[in-house]
Amino acid sequence: MTLKHICLAAAATLAVVTMTAAGPGSGTISGKITYEGTPAKQKPIDMSKEPSCAAKHPTPITTETVVTGPGNTLENVVVYISAGAPDEAAPSTTADFDQKGCQYVPHMLAFQVGQELKIANDDQTSHNIHPLAKINREWNKSQPPGTPPIIDKYDKAEMIHVKCNIHPWMSGTFAVLKNSHYAVSDKDGNFKLPNLPPGKYTVTAWHEPDQEMTQDVVISGGENKTVSFVFKLKPY
Amino acid sequence: MGKLLAVTIIIIAIASAVPFILHTWEPPADISTHGGLIDEQMSDTMIEAGVSFLAAQILLGIFIWQFSKKPSDTGKVKTFPGGAKGLVIAAIVLVGVEVLALGAFGSKAWAAVYFTPPAPDAMPVQVQAGQFAFYFRYPGPDGKFGPIHPEMINEGNQNLFGLDPANDVESRDDIVTAEMAIPVNKEVHLLMHAKDVSHSFYVPALRIHQDFVPGLDLSVHFTATKVGQYEIVCSQLCGLGHYNMRAYLKVLSQQDFDDWLKKQQAAQ
Repeated sequence: MTLKHICLAAAATLAVVTMTAAGPGSGTISGKITYEGTPAKQKPIDMSKEPSCAAKHPTPITTETVVTGPGNTLENVVVYISAGAPDEAAPSTTADFDQKGCQYVPHMLAFQVGQELKIANDDQTSHNIHPLAKINREWNKSQPPGTPPIIDKYDKAEMIHVKCNIHPWMSGTFAVLKNSHYAVSDKDGNFKLPNLPPGKYTVTAWHEPDQEMTQDVVISGGENKTVSFVFKLKPY
Repeated sequence: MGKLLAVTIIIIAIASAVPFILHTWEPPADISTHGGLIDEQMSDTMIEAGVSFLAAQILLGIFIWQFSKKPSDTGKVKTFPGGAKGLVIAAIVLVGVEVLALGAFGSKAWAAVYFTPPAPDAMPVQVQAGQFAFYFRYPGPDGKFGPIHPEMINEGNQNLFGLDPANDVESRDDIVTAEMAIPVNKEVHLLMHAKDVSHSFYVPALRIHQDFVPGLDLSVHFTATKVGQYEIVCSQLCGLGHYNMRAYLKVLSQQDFDDWLKKQQAAQ
């Protein structure tokens, strides 16, 4: 064995050790969601028919169907791996959805197929949550104030619009997804999908009611790939 | 036993009449121009029905007292003294005349609301009743209501009437609100339609109570005479949220109404 062989062997060993030591999935896809065009005007919501909720918003809240930020950023876009990653069993944590001040918090809730969904009512009035599922089973359920949270789950992937049968302005979305690689863009439009093993992935960004954009990304190791999506918005 | 029953009947009759005679529970004060006739009709009906009720119950008590005997006697009345035919005819005629009179006088109150057209300069306001809220629309500066496209209704976006301002010019200045405001002493023409099932528009103080029938475009007209805030309640069972279905009516001075409308327009 010459010195050259020893060095090559050592280098090879080091490379293998480094690659495996980096973890089974440590690539990241991150980026920013922005828009072009003119977004629909977000209108103030008059809750006068429900005084206990109106009292919680001295300045009325605005609709949340398109939430934009400085620099043309777009919030509440769910970004997820739609191809290239295997389906995963649901985690044991619950996905929490709250009815507070006659508003759904968060507006966009992403969670996995089979994951426990917990819907709480923090208001002094009854709500009747009605997720308008088309692929999963559609149901609605009354929830008087002070009653325990509704527990349910969905067994198929779907984007589900959620409304309240009693309070017409309440609006939200359940994004039921097949794996754990998802994120919802924050108020600065940022999202991050960490823990990705090497592979070829299709990243999908979805914005209500039905806008979808995809991009293919290859992860080869522990790198951070930046991906951006620009949605086209219209005022009406 | 019979005498006790007679006394009980008379006591119950008088006790139930007392709150009405004393006006213990008054309807809210009338703030409309047409309500006077309605209140008069209500009053006449209560008096006629009340007098008939008391007379019938007291007479019944007297007869029970009169003809109740000790257990040793049979105490059964086999024939009606003097025969019943005359009295029966008299009862039919008297009650019939009373009911017909109430109907005839009441028709004036009805006609004042339903057979009188609104004044040509009445202010049009549209109201849509849907499970479980009332929403209102004002025509805006162009004075016209834009067309409604039900398939475009999107509550999450606050497009409650299904307007299409992108393509319908008259819709662009329409003002959609969750509460109804009107100027005092000005006639309002309320155009009503239901989005889904039957509802009803009821403002007790305004003496207006009108059902929404799905598929029909109905209307009422009225003038409010007193500034204040009043509750509009749905009074036709419409589903699980019927108890929660209401909106507020604000009767404002002309100046306050104009300010209110401007503020609402800015929020469109």
